[in-house]
Amino acid sequence: MKRTPIALAGLAAAALIAAAPAHAGKTLDAIKARGQLVCGVHTGLAGFSAADAQGNWSGLDVDVCKAIAAAVLGDAGKVKYVPLTAQQRFTALQSGEIDILSRNTTWTLSRDASLGVNFVATTYYDGQGFMVPVKSKIKSAKQLKGATVCVQSGTTTEKNMTDFSRANNLNLKPVVFEKIEAATGAYFSGRCAAFTTDASGLASVRNKEAKNPADHLILPELISKEPLAPAVRRGDDEFFAIAKWVIYGLVESEEYGLTQANVDKMTAESQDPVVMRLTGKSEDMGKHLGLERDWLVKALKAVGNYGEIFERNVGPKTALALPRGANAQWNKGGLMYAPPVR
Amino acid sequence: MTGRPPPRRRGWSWRSQAFRGLVYQVLAAAVIGLALWFLAHNTVENMRARGIQSGFGFLLQPAGFDIGESVIPYDALEQNWKAFLVGVLNTLRVAVVGIVMATLLGTLLGIGRFSRNAIVRGLCYGYVELFRNIPVLLQLLVWYLFFTDVLPPISEPLSVGGAFFLSKAGFSFPVPVWGLGQALAAAGAALCVPIAWAYRRWAIRQFELTAKARSTFWAPIAIVIAGSFAGWIAGGAPTAWNYPVAGAFTMEGGASATPEFLGVLLGLVLYTAAFIAEVVRAGIASVAHGQVEAAGSLGLSRGQTMRLVILPQALRVIIPPMTSQYLNLTKNSSLAVAIGYPDVVSIATTALNNTGRAVECIAIIMLVYLITSLSTAGFMNWYNARAAIKER
Repeated sequence: MKRTPIALAGLAAAALIAAAPAHAGKTLDAIKARGQLVCGVHTGLAGFSAADAQGNWSGLDVDVCKAIAAAVLGDAGKVKYVPLTAQQRFTALQSGEIDILSRNTTWTLSRDASLGVNFVATTYYDGQGFMVPVKSKIKSAKQLKGATVCVQSGTTTEKNMTDFSRANNLNLKPVVFEKIEAATGAYFSGRCAAFTTDASGLASVRNKEAKNPADHLILPELISKEPLAPAVRRGDDEFFAIAKWVIYGLVESEEYGLTQANVDKMTAESQDPVVMRLTGKSEDMGKHLGLERDWLVKALKAVGNYGEIFERNVGPKTALALPRGANAQWNKGGLMYAPPVR
Repeated sequence: MTGRPPPRRRGWSWRSQAFRGLVYQVLAAAVIGLALWFLAHNTVENMRARGIQSGFGFLLQPAGFDIGESVIPYDALEQNWKAFLVGVLNTLRVAVVGIVMATLLGTLLGIGRFSRNAIVRGLCYGYVELFRNIPVLLQLLVWYLFFTDVLPPISEPLSVGGAFFLSKAGFSFPVPVWGLGQALAAAGAALCVPIAWAYRRWAIRQFELTAKARSTFWAPIAIVIAGSFAGWIAGGAPTAWNYPVAGAFTMEGGASATPEFLGVLLGLVLYTAAFIAEVVRAGIASVAHGQVEAAGSLGLSRGQTMRLVILPQALRVIIPPMTSQYLNLTKNSSLAVAIGYPDVVSIATTALNNTGRAVECIAIIMLVYLITSLSTAGFMNWYNARAAIKER
């Protein structure tokens, strides 16, 4: 008997091992049972998610994880961070390895509808841009005719760049790297005339990794819409609602002046009906979500409202120095608009 | 003395070895089949339950992303399968060029280990020990770093005679302008290949019949070159070359190899050559010393001894492990994604992210490497059968 067909079949079977077994139980129950929220984050993008020398994670995406952990478990420290590359992230969420993916991920139709994930709410409105060395004297992305551009794989940026290149007849040549460190390394070495990613990512790379940030210019063109949003696994509406309303709660807290510092005082003294609902003093909003009455107070005490999260991690006073821009409250000219907590 | 004839062996029995063998094979096949079914069914069910779309239909949708370098014309509006094809061809390009170069370098190094010159011997030994003991990924990164960090920018490239340029954009070299003369030269060379082959056969037969040695290597090559030259003259002997010129972002004109390609190629060639050198050394060492002495007593020179006596016998020992090295080189080329070379893994990663078809894309990668490796192994087995001892 020839064994070759069986050997071939075995190899074909190995192709299917990439899929993981079913994940049982509801996400909220699982989180409570293990006493820990498992959060998928970026491997290292200053301002959004980065670990310091002691292994403490910080950043805007990380604060979303902390807020949810505080609202669900009452302790922002009970988070296990799983650093993920761009192409690992959806598989990690689909397979149940992580509870929530909070990793500057762009919300698009095809991802939302075909990957078995639900995007929660936009936490940062971004757009893709280009960075070039100042000494190249390039002032506009449209001058990059025939240029090589360093880019990280596994992101929407490759497609955006191709669209922009075609629309403007630029014939850009991508050099695609698996890791962001390799892509930025090749750009800084001079291999590529430009580096492209979301504008917030450009600011992070320029201000944290360049030897001299003033040597690099972020070009004015934003070539795409990149609403960055956390995502949860599809099929658990309860946890989907929790994640969504923790974020909206933090946005509405900013709108009504609840901060990390004044939340105790406001809980005790404020007679504003909206504030009394947010803090759980008048109505128990947590009950609808399957959480404690003071779910939002715990989240606020842990990380502050959305405005504070922004200012602390990426705002004008930080190394990234990003303007509030589109991420300001709706009544201040921005896009941050939370549906009412009531 | 009359004895009963021994009992006839029954053709079939429940306790026969044949039946037991059959049972074990059916059992093994059933277990493997069941495991396969379980994996496939479980995967499909889980993906359906989580609302993950699957299927290979995405291969016919537009890819929508550019690829930095390609052997065939490719446009971002073409379908995903075409993007995969570009990736496969990029992988094959590095694998084929790499195998040829690693074989040449490795063979020289392996023979060098038997040199009578102690410096050559030592250098070859040092090379092997240095390159085979450093992880290949590290070597790729070092070579890429060399091209992107050490070399000058595109605006001021290192130049050899104004024709060859080395810079951060890679290695650029002039190519002849394609015209009637070049086409006729190629046609002339193609025409002369069968003639050269026929001559070689004739020369070998004449040698066997008359023991009068004729060139069986240089003469056929000279025939092909002469054919090519004649075609070139007939086409008007064109001498126009397309020289590379430094542009704003890239070298324009001529042809060039990118730092990504060169990094992958150099890393893989230098690493694999160290292993091939050991394979060749072992093969040569396996030929009994008496063969050398016999060749010497016939009056063959050292070079002739190596070429006519040792290598043909060593080849039988060399080919099987050499096949493994070729397969290793091909598979190691998947590390190219670390330094930005658009091989099939890199393309699949991008397609995976755009379409979300993880299982399908990984399956395609595995299939591509499986087919490539099985074809390489199949070819080498055929060659091995040719080189093996012919028992008459």
